[in-house]
Amino acid sequence: MFVVTPAYAESNPTEGTHSETGAHGGEAAGGVFPPFDSSTFASQLLWLAITFGLFYLLMSKVIVPRIGGILEHRRDRIAQDLDEANRLKEEADNAIAAYEQELADARKKASAIAETAREKAKAAAEAERTSTEAELAARMADAEKSIAAIKVKALADVDTIAEDAATDVVKHLLGGAVTKAEVAAAIRAASGK
Amino acid sequence: MSNDPIHQFQISKLVPIEIGGLDLSFTNSSLFMVGTVAAAAGFLFLTTANRGLVPSRLQSISEMSYEFVASMLRDGAGSQGMRFFPMVFSLFMFVLVANLLGMFPYFFTVTSHLIVTFALAMLVIGTVVVYGFWKHGLHFLHLFVPSGVPGVLMPLVVMIEVISFLSRPISLSVRLFANMLAGHITLKVFAGFVASLGSLGALGIGTAILPLIMTVALTGLEFLVAFLQAYVFAVLTCMYLNDALHPGH
Repeated sequence: MFVVTPAYAESNPTEGTHSETGAHGGEAAGGVFPPFDSSTFASQLLWLAITFGLFYLLMSKVIVPRIGGILEHRRDRIAQDLDEANRLKEEADNAIAAYEQELADARKKASAIAETAREKAKAAAEAERTSTEAELAARMADAEKSIAAIKVKALADVDTIAEDAATDVVKHLLGGAVTKAEVAAAIRAASGK
Repeated sequence: MSNDPIHQFQISKLVPIEIGGLDLSFTNSSLFMVGTVAAAAGFLFLTTANRGLVPSRLQSISEMSYEFVASMLRDGAGSQGMRFFPMVFSLFMFVLVANLLGMFPYFFTVTSHLIVTFALAMLVIGTVVVYGFWKHGLHFLHLFVPSGVPGVLMPLVVMIEVISFLSRPISLSVRLFANMLAGHITLKVFAGFVASLGSLGALGIGTAILPLIMTVALTGLEFLVAFLQAYVFAVLTCMYLNDALHPGH
């Protein structure tokens, strides 16, 4: 069928003649059914052994290692890429965590700064208040002191006035003169001093 | 051109060689074996030459066939079976490409000869037997003695197991051979109807449409069979190899 060549089987000399019959019977009568023609077995086995042996060698030495290598390389590469992706993701997560930590720190610091500022202002106000109070107290004390001095002075004047007045009263009433010392002693006695 | 559906299986000498009375001629069958190997190996070799990380379309065909056979073998014979991967892959690719090449008009189908499929089947069974005895010694014979069978039935069961084991190379080879042979004969017969009806004048040409449709449909079916038989051959190979690896079931 493939190439018109002399029939393989020697026992089949009528090969060319029955081509019009179109029936198996003609073939069987002229020779053997080709797949069962044992005269071709040796050649088929030999060439099958040669070709399939060569094919097997090519497959096991070249093709299978090559395709296996390609597939393995791809698998490794994909695994590597996945690892890399995981690593990057972890890095990103770490960066986010660090950022949030920093943000929290900054917030804490800001509130601390505000707190200290408030404290300082409060302390300053307090200090001012106390100093003012102290000043006021000092002034008050001064004032009280001067009042007391004035009072003492006034009281001392009262004695003098009383002496004068007593001296005058005695002079008018008794017509005599009394010494100052006598009047003073009398006043002292009268005022219980 | 012959109308004889058997003629396509005829083997013809291209280069007559005779050694010691043995006819070892290079025939059309040998030519198509060489063609099968060249096509399969050439395709796999050239498409993977770039070793692309991102495969081209053709490279992914090669990778798909690799992974197809690899998963078949791993499912059938476990991960230990992967040591037979080059053999199963070679068998699958060889049978597949030989079947597909046979679909070209005027091409010879290597796998339509019983001796070829039988030789491939014997390669499988021979590997199973040799590896089984080499790996497990006499324990390999446990393959024929299923566990949990009552003693009375044991001789019968063992006999059945032995017969089924011995029939494996026959069923494995005849299945592939018969499928390819029958498919090609059927195709040829229907295609012959088209030609003979067409020569009968106007009415004949009208009726010739029917076998023509049939021929087209059968061609599609035959492509399916070509793949399916290669797949079945490889799957059964994996199952038999499983017996060699784990004879105790």
